[in-house]
Amino acid sequence: MTQRYVLVLAVLLTIVGLSMFVYKWQVLGFPLSENQDTPVWTIESAISFDSGPGSIKVNLHIPTLTPGFRQLNENSVSRGYGFSVNYGSGGREAQWAIRRADGRQTIYYRISVFEDPGSEQADTTPPFPPPPAINEPFRTAVDVIVAEVREHSADTASFTTELLRRLNDPSPDPNVELLMSEVENDADFVDVATMMLAAARIPARMVRGFELSGRQRNADLEPWLEIHDGDRWRFFNPTTGEENLPDRFFIWWRGNEQLINVEGGSNVEVDFAVQEAHLDAVAIAKSQAAKSGATMFDFSLHSLPIQTQAVYGVLLMIPIGALVMVVMRNIVGIDAFGTFMPVLIALAFRETKLVWGIVLFSILVALGLSIRFLLERLRLLLVPRLSAVLIVVVLLMLIISLLSHKMGMETGLSVALFPMVIIAMTIERMSVVWEERGPADAMRAGGGSLLVATIAYIFMGLGWLEHLVFTFPELLLIVLALVLLMGRYTGYRLLELGRFKALINN
Amino acid sequence: MFATARKLREAGVLGLNERNAEFIMRLNPRRLYPRVDDKALTKQLALEAGMAVPDLFGIIDNQGDVRRFAEIVKDHDSFVVKPAQGSGGDGILVITGRSKRKRDTFRRSSGLLITEAEIAHSLSNIVSGQYSLSGNPDKALIEYCVHFDPVFAEVSYQGVPDVRVIVYRGYPAMAMVRLPTRASDGKANLHQGAVGAGVDIALGETLTGVLKNEVVDDHPDTGALIAGLKIPQWDFILESAARGYEVTGLGYLGVDMVIDRDRGPLMLEMNARPGLNIQIANGIGLSTRIRHIDEIYDAEATPAERAATARREFSAHRQISIFQ
Repeated sequence: MTQRYVLVLAVLLTIVGLSMFVYKWQVLGFPLSENQDTPVWTIESAISFDSGPGSIKVNLHIPTLTPGFRQLNENSVSRGYGFSVNYGSGGREAQWAIRRADGRQTIYYRISVFEDPGSEQADTTPPFPPPPAINEPFRTAVDVIVAEVREHSADTASFTTELLRRLNDPSPDPNVELLMSEVENDADFVDVATMMLAAARIPARMVRGFELSGRQRNADLEPWLEIHDGDRWRFFNPTTGEENLPDRFFIWWRGNEQLINVEGGSNVEVDFAVQEAHLDAVAIAKSQAAKSGATMFDFSLHSLPIQTQAVYGVLLMIPIGALVMVVMRNIVGIDAFGTFMPVLIALAFRETKLVWGIVLFSILVALGLSIRFLLERLRLLLVPRLSAVLIVVVLLMLIISLLSHKMGMETGLSVALFPMVIIAMTIERMSVVWEERGPADAMRAGGGSLLVATIAYIFMGLGWLEHLVFTFPELLLIVLALVLLMGRYTGYRLLELGRFKALINN
Repeated sequence: MFATARKLREAGVLGLNERNAEFIMRLNPRRLYPRVDDKALTKQLALEAGMAVPDLFGIIDNQGDVRRFAEIVKDHDSFVVKPAQGSGGDGILVITGRSKRKRDTFRRSSGLLITEAEIAHSLSNIVSGQYSLSGNPDKALIEYCVHFDPVFAEVSYQGVPDVRVIVYRGYPAMAMVRLPTRASDGKANLHQGAVGAGVDIALGETLTGVLKNEVVDDHPDTGALIAGLKIPQWDFILESAARGYEVTGLGYLGVDMVIDRDRGPLMLEMNARPGLNIQIANGIGLSTRIRHIDEIYDAEATPAERAATARREFSAHRQISIFQ
């Protein structure tokens, strides 16, 4: 009867776990493995300025169309400011406004994007630009250069390349020299190029952005040139004339307006910081889930603060360790100290790495045991003796850490991560077994504990398993079902096959 | 691997998982455990049920009482100190006499001397719960030291040999004699290195022995042949064991008896989780006998009737002949 209940319960748990898993995987698109992800970038612009006496209005250009990237979310952190997003001539503009502010102000605007090669820019085809109004003597210079470049080019793209080549020529002709005389920076340069393209009736504009790579502080905005060939927008490197857009070039805004305009403030500074995250494919699944209104994600671990996520990343592997423990003890039949001691040791191994973990654990237990035998001669009562062992273990950890640090082996420092109470109990149990049943039994159980800990460590350290359990915690229901089933396993343990060998009738 | 498992199953061998899940959990309700885990309580219940047990000289149940020790043993030269809730024979101290030369010094069963202060430390350890299964404070029993019957003298190395009977639902299912060795330090526990010898329940005679999962024919220390020893008062032993069911209420029970030179078989302790090596000692699986008992089970039978049934049904020779 019990057998049937357990079976039904295990099947139910498995069905619930599996169906949640399949739903999240297939419908919400949660990734099965870690490397299916597209990097997610969070770009933060910090605007700081000294507030003036009156009301303050801050206008910041923010990304509108970003070829190669898709926007995940954006937000602004500003205390007391009214926030709105408007469309201006150069794309979207964020506006913060406040009636009064005191001292230096800092406003943050943050946007998260993920790479999506399929994201083309869906911009309208611009009209031919009107010929720019240029004063003499620049007008003649522009006309001469445009005419010459047109001679040496076939279409808009080659025109642009040729134009940029001439403008960048280290020994420029007098016309180019005249035009370049007022250029102070790259942005001015692109401005001049845009103006000349307009004179040739080619729609062109300056774009500004930066290459996303890893973690960046104070990322610089680079100007880039964008022209429309009547069919689509094309990008040109203003300094080389090559037609390209660097990998992961994220376009912040377009046009020749200033990035930021602060009314009522001074000493304006804008800093861009970029951070690459790796929660990615999950984050994308999150946005999709949000769009489709699925509440499943609200109960996902990814909605927790990052710190807590890190804790659960470890905690969720404990059931896996427990499963290993059950298999090793009830199916294989290995002796080990304490029910969960090997699992906790395996947890510590995650930090120390396996070989060092085993070495440190053995040293610690061996030293602890020898001191425990000295304590035995003092004839202490149980609780004081256990406490003494615990204190000795803490001191030993300290000594091992100090010694290994002095010897330049930093790995020895990780000894502090061992669960000291568990180690103290292990030493006590081992010494009792040693005295009562002899060293052989004590070593066997100690070795068994280490063996189980090692196997648990191997399973708990599997990257794909960790990702799977973290992304799909419902899989733990299946682990629970397995443990329940093994709780009713009444077959022989593997080691019993050898133990009862003598009973087989030949 | 699976073939081995199948053969074991065919031979009716009981495994640890099955013992735990099918017999201990089903037949041994946890609330009854104190009756066997607390040896002071076991002794009291057994006395009330009319079983013969070693005399109790005294109980020390707190740290302050440890100094009463000398007074408790002042009239006794030999005695045994044991934790009431100990397991596996851990923490048992067997004193066989007093030193003639040194005051307050006793002689252990191993022949080594032990001072009163050392015994007091052992008592403190016991009282503070070092040997108790739960780690809770415990009691130390000081009781009569059995002078064992010479029947097993040839096949024991010091210590007290005892008879372990597995009682299933009140019926003696299997029995063995546990013989101390040098390796077991005079203790009669198989995992400590004692030799276990199977017993033909019908005849009360020993069969071959088992040492650490291996079948042995003679005692490793004395070299004497283990098989063929006649156990005295076998009827009484079987009946006492069967009575253990009434005393404890446990359906799967190990009853340990010792045979005293003067007082005959005495019940030492009972165990709610008896080990499985008894199968190797008897060369037969426990499941076979358990199934047989389930068939002939009679709720009305008295302990004496059940013991008689077991003697009739479980002849080692008849069992073996089934397989041949």
